[in-house]
Amino acid sequence: MPAHTPPLGSNAVIAKPTLQSVFDALREAGYALIGPTVADGAIIYDEIAVIADLPVGWTDEQGPGSYRLRRRGDDRYFGFVVGPYSLKKFLYPSALRLFSTRRNGDGFEIEGNADPPPRYAFIGARGCELAAAGIQDRVFLEGAAADPHYKARRGAAFLLAVNCVEPGGTCFCASMQTGPRCTSGFDLALTELDDIFLVEIGSEMGAQMMAGVEWRPAGAFEMSRARRALAEAEGRMGRAMDTRDLPDLLYDNLEHPRWAQVAERCLACANCTMVCPTCFCSDVQDVSDLTGDATERVRVWDSCFNKEFSYVFGGHLRPNVRARYRQWLTHKLAAWIDQFGTSGCVGCGRCITWCPVGIDLTQELAAIRGEGQA
Amino acid sequence: MSATTVHTHQAPVFGHPMVPRPARITQIQPEAPGTITYTIEFIDPAVREAYRFRPGQFNMLYLPGIGEAAISISSDPDEPTQLKHTVRIVGNVTQALARFDVIGVRGPYGSPWPVDRVTGKDVMVVAGGIGLAPLRPVLYHFVRHRSDYGRIQVLVGARVPADLLYLEDYDAWRARDIEVVVTVDRADETWKGRVGVVPILFYSLRPDPRRTAIFTCGPEIMMRFVIYEALARRIPKESIYVSLERNMKCAIAFCGRCQYGPAFLCKDGPVLSYDRIEPFFGVEEY
Repeated sequence: MPAHTPPLGSNAVIAKPTLQSVFDALREAGYALIGPTVADGAIIYDEIAVIADLPVGWTDEQGPGSYRLRRRGDDRYFGFVVGPYSLKKFLYPSALRLFSTRRNGDGFEIEGNADPPPRYAFIGARGCELAAAGIQDRVFLEGAAADPHYKARRGAAFLLAVNCVEPGGTCFCASMQTGPRCTSGFDLALTELDDIFLVEIGSEMGAQMMAGVEWRPAGAFEMSRARRALAEAEGRMGRAMDTRDLPDLLYDNLEHPRWAQVAERCLACANCTMVCPTCFCSDVQDVSDLTGDATERVRVWDSCFNKEFSYVFGGHLRPNVRARYRQWLTHKLAAWIDQFGTSGCVGCGRCITWCPVGIDLTQELAAIRGEGQA
Repeated sequence: MSATTVHTHQAPVFGHPMVPRPARITQIQPEAPGTITYTIEFIDPAVREAYRFRPGQFNMLYLPGIGEAAISISSDPDEPTQLKHTVRIVGNVTQALARFDVIGVRGPYGSPWPVDRVTGKDVMVVAGGIGLAPLRPVLYHFVRHRSDYGRIQVLVGARVPADLLYLEDYDAWRARDIEVVVTVDRADETWKGRVGVVPILFYSLRPDPRRTAIFTCGPEIMMRFVIYEALARRIPKESIYVSLERNMKCAIAFCGRCQYGPAFLCKDGPVLSYDRIEPFFGVEEY
């Protein structure tokens, strides 16, 4: 069989258990497989090896401040949506050593972090997550400077994406035009139907990973089943967001009474920024040994909801939660557009699900727009 | 993969843009109570010779085990091998600086005062307290290129006479036909000059709105009234430049802390014209 690979842009059909052959090809190629798996009552991303590690037969019921796993009653491999983790955890680790110093006479030596980057194959990334990675690219690769660690991890990554045929209760990717279908930024994209996977070939690398896999070209009927499933998914989003008039809508409403109202509920716990796949704010800290001779400079995730985040001499610029929530939402939905040419929101709904008090940014924006009650 | 130190000139394997370069503190000069100017020199001669900065830019100063702080450069941009940083002791880094012989430095960062855009114009330099530090390189530039500009006035304010910075520079400025007007909030028995906040100095000056640019740095409340006085004299928003301060951890638009509406103050600022910040300037807790 001479290099039997499906053409770029085409769709192949594989039997569901055959997905294991794709996993094997990826592992053979040196990738660590990062995929969805059940742990601690949630579907998280972790290192996996076989398709049985996937949350087969599980789904996640999501609502504001609520997340529950439930048995589906079928054997779907990807019958759930996104969990608390995202690719951010792997491409932009929550703690990363930037460099180390060692005392040397009256000065010190500086040594950069030259650890070889991990090679990840991300299994089951959704359209919103591909969009989020694209947004973080603009932050870490296309701005004032490029982050070499992010660049190395991102450049080495393989993306085996999944089209969402069953959106979740807090999803609104259709509003943000990031899903439910993966349109770019993947090597392979699966659409799961009752009996088969359709595999769209997004890159040469993706095609290569199909070389040893038993596949056949997708037929017109299978393609139309997939199209219908995705079209239905688009109409079943748990939420919607009206993005008209952004960024000005928020810039013009910095003193809107809604900010004080949401601050009465917001705990400033920073959960929303931790689970957000695009939030990128960080702190940088020094970690020294007991002698003080050796120090590591470590970048860690931070959040605009932390009071220290806004510290300057003289005090904290945003002592009140009202100003911190306003900063977050105004950055996410407005300033981001000016800064990076894209909204900072991909409509994944994580910040709604994982907010302990169930604050829903789609409602907050609607209230500022002057619509509806919450 | 071998680890690489920043002393070498090859690109480190993962030479992060936030890795500083060692620099030696060569001079420590007290300026005012709690305010000190540190002169630093990069240890690596190649780094020292290649380094250039423009007036208004800042460096990140790093003390191993202590932390890093954004400090504006206060020296002559035409002598970039000797970098001066005037520091008020307010936090961990500024407190500990005096204990170090060698520190880490990276930069320069940020937008400069637009000295090239205002050639031929009158310029009012308006500084409050330590706000004169990032404006001092502008004055070095004006002294060297005096004929490129019209009338130049420096309005300086401090809380008390002892807090006034760079008094030794005043004669050099005046010798180049730069007017220097000084005021203090609270006088003591030695003070024979003006008393009052900086913005009221506008009442004794008559800037021509068609040809005046304003460069101002100081407490935000002071800059707010400077802007107010300037606008009252019909100086256009585009001709009023302010230097803003926010928390900074990276200086390369990664850490997100210095956002000011659409701007990252580390790369789009710290110097911005008022028309770009008007919707946000003075908004409570913004």
